[in-house]
Amino acid sequence: MSEILRCDHLTKQYGNLYALNDLSLLIESGKIIGLLGPNGAGKTTLIKIINGLLTPSFGTVTIEGDSPGPKTKPKVSYLPDISYLNNWMTVEQIVSMFADFYDDFRPELAYQMIQNLGIDKKMRLKTLSKGNKEKVCLILVMSRNAKLYVLDEPIAGVDPATRDYIISTIINNYNPDASVLISTHLISDIESVLDEVIFIKNGRIVLHDTVDHIREEHGMSVDDLFREVFRW
Amino acid sequence: MDWMLDKKRPICPQIVERLCIMIACEKIAAGERLMSVRDVAVKAGVTPNTVQKSFEQLEQTGVIYSKRGSGWYVCDDIHIAKDVLNHLLREKTLAYLNDMRSLGISDEKIIEIIKEYRHE
Repeated sequence: MSEILRCDHLTKQYGNLYALNDLSLLIESGKIIGLLGPNGAGKTTLIKIINGLLTPSFGTVTIEGDSPGPKTKPKVSYLPDISYLNNWMTVEQIVSMFADFYDDFRPELAYQMIQNLGIDKKMRLKTLSKGNKEKVCLILVMSRNAKLYVLDEPIAGVDPATRDYIISTIINNYNPDASVLISTHLISDIESVLDEVIFIKNGRIVLHDTVDHIREEHGMSVDDLFREVFRW
Repeated sequence: MDWMLDKKRPICPQIVERLCIMIACEKIAAGERLMSVRDVAVKAGVTPNTVQKSFEQLEQTGVIYSKRGSGWYVCDDIHIAKDVLNHLLREKTLAYLNDMRSLGISDEKIIEIIKEYRHE
């Protein structure tokens, strides 16, 4: 196991508001990790800093020792919470765009998964259902051979069958040399595929533990514990 | 995702238990090759690390063994898997009996009730 992601005293301040407040964490390779917290806890802020889309006010973040930037872009595969793909493009055009952008992109793997779904690669993105669009986005992100996959709310707003598909795609693409960070507030659907969970609240980590240890110690599911920790 | 795991209990022992039941019921025969870690992970909807840990525990207790480069196999002697199944049967039966007795139902009546409902 080697170190993939390290955050040291990470702080992001907007005026008087702390989106992240002295947050430190370490993620090792071969792990599927849930980043859990209510709306406004700082999940997306953290993810954007990891991807170099925001700069921290204080503290550092490194991916395999490098700060977010040109050196880390090839190592981090990011699924944003909002689709940024052009709707008029066909699935095939998007696949070749990804192949142009990323050296580690595996078009054969992407086409294999797209074919398994029964999606015609000549179809334009705008003609796909919401669920199929989400699946295609996930396929693109998982078809890269990255070190860190960062999925921001991949299961929000999809039906149970799509959710199951997304979960099995994550398991099927498991790579012991890489890690997957999934942010969500729908914990009960996803907790069994997670090795570790990180609870964040008001920009701070309140818990970072393995799923089995939480269940053993508290005699309840991570979902139940989440409801207890974040009760208001 | 059809393994219907209990969300309150740690996952690893539940996978161990499930595989023992499958072996004890001879759904996977002695000497036969087990599903891969990834297959079990996808089927059960759990992380491959947990399945790997479960397989290692089963190896330590002598239920399965690994062959280098070819996967995991069920040991010829399956008495440990059978012990696990028997233990479960005993626990579940005792829990049921306790529930029924606490309702004030006699053992004879319990047997009658089971006969009545067994086809439902």
